[in-house]
Amino acid sequence: MKEAEIRRLLAANLLCVFTIILTAVVPSFFWDGFTVLGTHLAWLCICSVCVSTLNIILHLVLKPNQSHKRSSFAHKISRFLKCCIYFFMSCILFHAIIVLYGAPLIESVTETFLFAVLLSTFTTLQCLCMLGPNIQAWIRVFSKNGAMSIWESSLQITTICSILGAWFGAFPIPLDWDRPWQVWPISCSLGATFGYMAGLIIAPLWIHWNRKQLTYKSR
Amino acid sequence: AKTSPLPYENKLSFLHHLATSQPRHARLYRFRADPPTATMQRIKGLTTGSLPTFIDVGSNFATYAIQEDNLLAQLVQNGRRVVFMGDDTWEGLFPKKFFRSYFFPSFNVKDLHTVDDGILQHLYPTVDSGEWDVLIAHFLGVDHCGHKHGPDHPEMAKKLTQMNEMLRSLVDHLGNDTLLLVAGDHGMTETGDHGGDSEKEVNAALFVYSKTPLFVTVPPEEPEAIPQVNLVPTVALLLGVPIPYSNIGEVMAELFSGDGDAVSAALQQLSVYHINAKQVDRFLHSYSLVAQDLPAEQLQHLQQLFSSAVEEHTQLLAQVQGATLVPPELESRLGSLISRFQLYLREARALCTQSWARFHLLRMVGGCTLIATSCLLCYMASELSASSDSFYRSCLLYPLLWGLMVALLLGLAHAFTQEGLDLLLVSSWAAAASQLGFFWHWWGRHPKQARLMGSQPPLPSAGLRQRLQAWLGLAFPMGILLFRCGAMFSDSFVVAEARVAPFLLASLVMLLVGKLHWDGRLTVPEGPKQQFLGFSSYRREIWYLLCLVAMLLICVRLSGFFHQCREEIPQCRPSLFLSPLASLRNTRAKNLFYLLCVVLLAGLVYAVRSWLRHYGNLNSSDPLVLFVRWGFPLVVLCIACYWAVASSADDSLGKLQELVQVAVVAFPWAVYGLASMGLLLLLCNPMTVFAKDTRESPGSIVTPYLGVPTSEVDFLHVIPQIYKRMQESQKSRLERGSCRATVAAYGLGSVYSAALVIALTLLGLPWYAVISWLLAASQFFYSTGHQPIFPAIHWNAAFVGFHLDHSTNLLQPRLLLTSWAPVTSCAFVLEVVGCPLLLLWPFVCEMPSLQKKKPKKEPREELQEVEEHMMEMRLRESPEKFSTALLQLGLKYLFVLGTQLLACVCAAMILRRHLMVWKVFAPKFLFESLGFVVSSICLLLGISLVMRVDCAVSTWFNQLQLR
Repeated sequence: MKEAEIRRLLAANLLCVFTIILTAVVPSFFWDGFTVLGTHLAWLCICSVCVSTLNIILHLVLKPNQSHKRSSFAHKISRFLKCCIYFFMSCILFHAIIVLYGAPLIESVTETFLFAVLLSTFTTLQCLCMLGPNIQAWIRVFSKNGAMSIWESSLQITTICSILGAWFGAFPIPLDWDRPWQVWPISCSLGATFGYMAGLIIAPLWIHWNRKQLTYKSR
Repeated sequence: AKTSPLPYENKLSFLHHLATSQPRHARLYRFRADPPTATMQRIKGLTTGSLPTFIDVGSNFATYAIQEDNLLAQLVQNGRRVVFMGDDTWEGLFPKKFFRSYFFPSFNVKDLHTVDDGILQHLYPTVDSGEWDVLIAHFLGVDHCGHKHGPDHPEMAKKLTQMNEMLRSLVDHLGNDTLLLVAGDHGMTETGDHGGDSEKEVNAALFVYSKTPLFVTVPPEEPEAIPQVNLVPTVALLLGVPIPYSNIGEVMAELFSGDGDAVSAALQQLSVYHINAKQVDRFLHSYSLVAQDLPAEQLQHLQQLFSSAVEEHTQLLAQVQGATLVPPELESRLGSLISRFQLYLREARALCTQSWARFHLLRMVGGCTLIATSCLLCYMASELSASSDSFYRSCLLYPLLWGLMVALLLGLAHAFTQEGLDLLLVSSWAAAASQLGFFWHWWGRHPKQARLMGSQPPLPSAGLRQRLQAWLGLAFPMGILLFRCGAMFSDSFVVAEARVAPFLLASLVMLLVGKLHWDGRLTVPEGPKQQFLGFSSYRREIWYLLCLVAMLLICVRLSGFFHQCREEIPQCRPSLFLSPLASLRNTRAKNLFYLLCVVLLAGLVYAVRSWLRHYGNLNSSDPLVLFVRWGFPLVVLCIACYWAVASSADDSLGKLQELVQVAVVAFPWAVYGLASMGLLLLLCNPMTVFAKDTRESPGSIVTPYLGVPTSEVDFLHVIPQIYKRMQESQKSRLERGSCRATVAAYGLGSVYSAALVIALTLLGLPWYAVISWLLAASQFFYSTGHQPIFPAIHWNAAFVGFHLDHSTNLLQPRLLLTSWAPVTSCAFVLEVVGCPLLLLWPFVCEMPSLQKKKPKKEPREELQEVEEHMMEMRLRESPEKFSTALLQLGLKYLFVLGTQLLACVCAAMILRRHLMVWKVFAPKFLFESLGFVVSSICLLLGISLVMRVDCAVSTWFNQLQLR
């Protein structure tokens, strides 16, 4: 059963990676002059939207968290609204953190905010899909031995990888190479994207590698 | 000759054409530069005729302007019109010297054309107008092309062809009495860089051309190699101005042949040599009076050479005037005399070159090794001191003796051999010896310890896992430290350091929080007591922690608004807050700022006092307490008045001018006086606690409060004031001289980050342990060994303190002095409310502070007896553990500081040929090492002060017990 689940995870993750690659390639067929670097803001939007749609669809199809109780329509609506609010708040929070890390405060607000949205897409949105608007569960997942399924382990890995990628992406900014990708926030968002993709690929492999050690205790 | 010339070959064909077609008008030389071959140093060399050394110590840091006597100064003094066009480095070096100037920005190395096109636009009209005596056109395209593409690139061919065309048309514009000198100030390596001393870098060309014939002899097959500085006396004498005072170049006598016969030409050359030799002799003489780095016997030898040559010269002149000599003999004597002058000049130059311009690689490596081993030593000693008690003598004292012994021996040896004592060598040998001693002793002890360890029941697997975990715990902070050190090797990172350091700091803090959460320390109860204290207390702690972290991050970010700018970052705007109040135009803004400053200051004092009062200090009637009570407000008053006076516009006060003058001096002195008085009082009696208190109410509330806080409060408060004062005065002085700028930039760039990074790196080692401890339960804190974690705590708190200090003192114009004193003290109460028992008072950001916990009365927690018992126990166990902790703290601190310094030194050493070495790495290195020295001294002072307080506390406590 575990093997099958890992395979499903791998498929889902590869789909995500594939989508991200497509977001970089496909729009240029419809839109002359589209490049990831040149029209970076547009790409950020496209990438965020695509990844979030895909994640939501995957979540609906795969239903990784089994504990689903039947709930009323109103409940579902309120849940959805809560999710939206959480997502928005996480965007704001990421924005604040990025600014605290040294991003310009007033100039290029749009860039910073879109970068925050991208980061939220890679991290918060997945949490929302997987765990719902339940902070306690989030806190549990992101602590040692907190993951209770391979999906949650994968969540851990991808989230950490995205954030690490974004962090490393800041390193080339001060260098005087005069490359187009050194402009804020391109290197960071690219770093986050690559980190996310790496996380998506690493997660199933790592889980597969450690499947003997990984014993998920149930609630 | 080659079938397929490289892009940079055969491009200046016009020069070749001139040299071959008019051999008496033109000549090509190999022009050898002295290292360092960076542009600014070369310009200095080409105008002063001396060898620019590492840093011109005499010069002002704030301005690059050449203070020495130089060619341009001489020309201007003698009324020559000097016109300049090109590289704007000259503007900084020779401010307001030019009759007319066209400067173009040189900073952007990627820009090949701006400077050249600018020059070409102005060159010909200026030449034709004739309104100049000397015209200097400094083209940069070839140099920039080298930096950008390297020499082996089509762009270089284009650039050189352009230069060729320029020369061709320039020669058409030349008048008959004009001398054209085409020279490169340095060469370039195969990658297009320069700055070092390799053959390719120091070799350039000099081309001389005039429309009137200059040379009598035919040019040699291979171009003659002449040192670059030779141009200085040549140009000076050709233009009829004095040779610059510090010139050590030799005049190019060929250019002084004139049109006459051989004898008159030789006589003319002789007189030129004579002037040149006299100038060099004068310089050497006065130089040897002030500096000892020229060997005496060689100087004497030179002196003899000179005086004999001069003597013969006068004789010869007399004979020539008397016409007693016939041409053949005269010629030969003239020739020999000339060669003697030449010999003198060359030897003098060689002597100076030898003693001034050298990279002493062996010493560099030796120094690096010394620093590296010291770091290792610090690290090992700190580890050792934690594990064993009796190692002080064997591992610290004996090595010291070793070092002293070696120093003494070396000194004696030198005394016996009558050689000059090189203090540097002796001290480094001594240091090496003491380090060897340490390692030897350590090695001797090591097996013993291993045996001891072995005798205990081994738990290999657990030990391994623990060690692994410890390593992982170390890995993150050490990784950050590594990034930090690695950043020293990149000029971009050094330039951007003011932003890199907060970034790393923020990362470390976030990492810490994340790690704590990951390990479950924020949510899972650890102590037994926690279980019934319940969930809410954790929640509270978390919020406090998060709030603190957020506040810290915000403060760090806000402190970014007070950055100075470096010129390398063109889009950077200097902060509004950095300008002194007096320079603000807007009166309302000025008043607002002033009020804000004063309010902040007063708030600070008030906070300190109320804090002290809150924790039961300040209840005795000691002089120190009185000082805290009345001295602080007084100090604040003085400072406020001083600000008011200093910031008012000079002319607005009219008649009160004299009063203002007095006030400007008096207020700072009052502050100094008060501050030093406070310090003295503090040293005399660091206790501010009324001892009776404890006796009066043994059962109820007040446990003995240690006097420490006050001492630290003093520090917290007084020292910043002093620095503020100094900053202020410094600032105003600088303002008057109207020379600020680059220094401040350096200051802040490196300094700010130095302190910050110190704090940052400090956190490094036992960081996680600290916080976990911080958040651990309150009674844990009582009963178990918190002492060993002392250093950790300090660091953590010290680091917080540093930033808060920044944010509170923000409105002060912070300047140079901060850089010299990254020691600007600061303090912060890190009061973890979850455990009100813990009070941290680290007082100086990187100084260790005495951290004492005050078991405060907690009605619900402990019984009084227990508390008293605890108190006694703590104090009793204090002496040895406390000193160990202090030592460990000091060592660890030195370790991180040293690592950083090592990185800096290595960067300066390895990149000594880098384009940016004189602009970025060398200043960074200087500041870093100065900071290291200052902070080491302060560390010692801080530790001794803490010891003093500790002594006072223990005697006081003894008295208490006796009573």
